[in-house]
Amino acid sequence: MSSDPRFHGAVKRLKQIPKVYMVLSSKGGVGKSIVSTLLSYYSSLKNTPTGLLDLDFTNPSTHIILGFRPEELSYREEKGLEPFKIGKLSYFSIISFTKDNPLVLKGEEARNVMREVLSIVNWVGVQKLFIDTPPGLSDEQLEAIYNLKGLVKPIVVSTPHKLSIQSVSRLVRILRDAGVSEIILVENMGSGELKTFADSEGLKYAGYIPFVENIEECIGSISKLENCRIREYFEAILTKI
Amino acid sequence: MVHEWALAESIVLFLENNGFRKVKSLKIGLGILQSIDKEIFSFSLQELLREKGFSVEKLEVVDEGAELACHTCGFRWSLSPESMDEAIRESIHFVPESIHAFAKCPRCGSRDFTITQGRGIRIVEVLPG
Repeated sequence: MSSDPRFHGAVKRLKQIPKVYMVLSSKGGVGKSIVSTLLSYYSSLKNTPTGLLDLDFTNPSTHIILGFRPEELSYREEKGLEPFKIGKLSYFSIISFTKDNPLVLKGEEARNVMREVLSIVNWVGVQKLFIDTPPGLSDEQLEAIYNLKGLVKPIVVSTPHKLSIQSVSRLVRILRDAGVSEIILVENMGSGELKTFADSEGLKYAGYIPFVENIEECIGSISKLENCRIREYFEAILTKI
Repeated sequence: MVHEWALAESIVLFLENNGFRKVKSLKIGLGILQSIDKEIFSFSLQELLREKGFSVEKLEVVDEGAELACHTCGFRWSLSPESMDEAIRESIHFVPESIHAFAKCPRCGSRDFTITQGRGIRIVEVLPG
């Protein structure tokens, strides 16, 4: 059992949320942040109190997708920190503290930030929490895979490209070795071709999001998100997870 | 109630999960980098201990100086939150590692440094009763 008190606080807070999803990919550029942000926002529009936590501390970008500047985000102190509210979406990103300054975080320090954030942010009432993570396999993912397993469900994002598939296969092996049985796969920038791969790996295939020529049409403001022409694909995925 | 409550709650959860219901001595270190309000923290901790029926004979909350070390040139330096701008101090109060967004090594300018001590809250000692 961890001797870090914050770990105990983090576990308690995560246990209070019925569904916690950690959006992962060991490959960069597959669209994790867009997937986690749009899934969480569309979930909140379905009248489900939903949370979005940006754990990509060194390169946070979910606020850009939602269309908020760092100085517009603020948190109320109430037995911890209450997330920023966007309708029924509760949102937290470290960007409100670091502004747009570069942040160099190595190993244990990234784990420290994760524990601090998970132990102080108060997700009261949230039914589903989506956690966006940085690419690769660093301390944030390892903490979730090994120390928080059973509390968070992994959603692995992959494009149909073989470089991404290869990388996902390695990630799946790590998750399986850690005893994670249910792994959800979301195919991004595809057309359904990863269903066969998911079946062969024993993953739960939640659906695909097609490639859009100009993703800027869908991100950068709440109204763009709401009128995004690929919204139906995210909504279909939400019915499967 | 402010965020010190959440920090105190983590300490109580640690005691609870490790079976320390009766404690002879509990010593908590508060890293000065995080500018935790000692009075509010101690009040929150005592309230939570009382609510959950814990018995702590001796409770000590001590300040710990902040020290940083540069990985590039090896320079070590101490930092006091009082010398910082209010907005920066508040950011560090919630997430001490935010210091990386605002500080550089005073000797070589590198951003590659670590907080070696005094980052935030820690349990220094627990003696069961």
